[in-house]
Amino acid sequence: MIGRDLLRIEDLEREEIETILETARHMKEVGERDIKKVPTLRGRTIVNLFFESSTRTLTSFEIAGKRLSADVVNFSPRSSSLSKRESILDTARTIDAMDPDAVVVRHAVAGVPKRIADVLEAPVINAGDGAHAHPTQALLDLFTVQAEKGRIDGLTVAIVGDIAHSRVARSDIAAFQKLGAEVRVAAPPTMIPAEVETLGVKAFTSLREALDGADVVMMLRIQLERFEGALFPSIREYSATFGLDRHKLRYAKDGAIVMHPGPVNRGVELSHDLADHRPSVILDQVRNGVALRMAILYLFAGRKREADRVQREAGPRVGEV
Amino acid sequence: MGDHPAEQPAGATGARDERVILDDAAIARALMRIAHEIIERNPDPQALYLVAVPDGGVPLARRLAKNLRQIADLDVPVGILDTTLYRDDLQSRGSRPRLRRTEMPSAVDERVVVLVDDVAFTGRTIRAAMDALIDFGRPKIVQVVALVDRGHRELPIKIDYVGKNIPTSPGDDVQLQGGEDGPLCIVHLPEARRARA
Repeated sequence: MIGRDLLRIEDLEREEIETILETARHMKEVGERDIKKVPTLRGRTIVNLFFESSTRTLTSFEIAGKRLSADVVNFSPRSSSLSKRESILDTARTIDAMDPDAVVVRHAVAGVPKRIADVLEAPVINAGDGAHAHPTQALLDLFTVQAEKGRIDGLTVAIVGDIAHSRVARSDIAAFQKLGAEVRVAAPPTMIPAEVETLGVKAFTSLREALDGADVVMMLRIQLERFEGALFPSIREYSATFGLDRHKLRYAKDGAIVMHPGPVNRGVELSHDLADHRPSVILDQVRNGVALRMAILYLFAGRKREADRVQREAGPRVGEV
Repeated sequence: MGDHPAEQPAGATGARDERVILDDAAIARALMRIAHEIIERNPDPQALYLVAVPDGGVPLARRLAKNLRQIADLDVPVGILDTTLYRDDLQSRGSRPRLRRTEMPSAVDERVVVLVDDVAFTGRTIRAAMDALIDFGRPKIVQVVALVDRGHRELPIKIDYVGKNIPTSPGDDVQLQGGEDGPLCIVHLPEARRARA
């Protein structure tokens, strides 16, 4: 592993992604045992530093850390001195001084995990920053598709929803492209960022056209509270045009799977029936998320700045050991 | 590979300097003898369960299972148990070793588990394997097969069934080569020659 931190998919080489996915496959087996715990990170401390509220990702990282026997501490802004106007970097430095082996950061503003990583000794894992990146979600999506389809290379992935404001979309685009999939997006024009086609992504304003030949349909959560009236006329119209149900899924390739990073707005971007049953694999994504995050913690936790430098000078890289 | 897996990739050693300690025929004879010893020593062969330590233990355990079927008409399950997550040297390493697969097809409770490894060395892999095994249940007895015992134990670990004892220096490289289905051999590359290679 070249980097000390996991900040965005774009920083990873294809081989590094493959090492992460292979490690996750083995971690999944640990989660299927009676005793779902291995001693690997015994004596290691992992801090989940979540400035933005989250239940799914936080719980997933917490379970992942505990299955590896790490001590996991959750630190969230409401219970912190942030209310006393301590700056984010001061908070992060304070935590770093307690000598954690990894700090998992979520923040509503893009770029905060990077700024924190620049001042910490401990490796930083980005658990989602603004509309910028959510690398562990993209990696668990790859992991899930690989488990379902046996490969990523050559598949067609359609991402549907608010591409412009989605860190999941951004990281998924980078991740699937890096492993050789063709990525398309579909949304109302107001939700497609202007630069998306420069990434080699085909943009559609018709769901039907975007789904044609798709192996994977990734539905994104519409943030109702923020955007109704601004980006699309009404929820009902959005749902009619870009919501997915079994009928519209027939436009996609036979055997196509449906994914969603959760939580689902049932009856908006996804019909009730599809949210709960195959070919949607939403709960598999959640299950795989724990294994994937175990892999990330295994590969990154404890690789402090100093050790990392020594390693780069003298030792072999992950996967070659 | 003994302790610990594949520190020295096979390709990194110079073929000219390697010495074959056991060829495929010698390995076949050793595994047949060990199969007989396993039967001899265990009054309840129905409880046997072969558990391979990857990578090297896997083809050896499969051959042992075949031998046990042939000589005693036993259908002994073969499991694979990766020890990497139980290693005692993870703290000191900058980057992490690659994981191997674990497949435990049967419960280990009340079974006579025979761990199968290719090269016994410091004993640390066997220690890790025992810890891993106990996470799967409570075996009645745990025994160990090693195709080669090269000595230099650092822990109080005893090998129950040894294919061949070979004298080595701690810095030597001893490894099993060959695939799961193809011919196998054990090669020994002394440290002095490794330095030149």
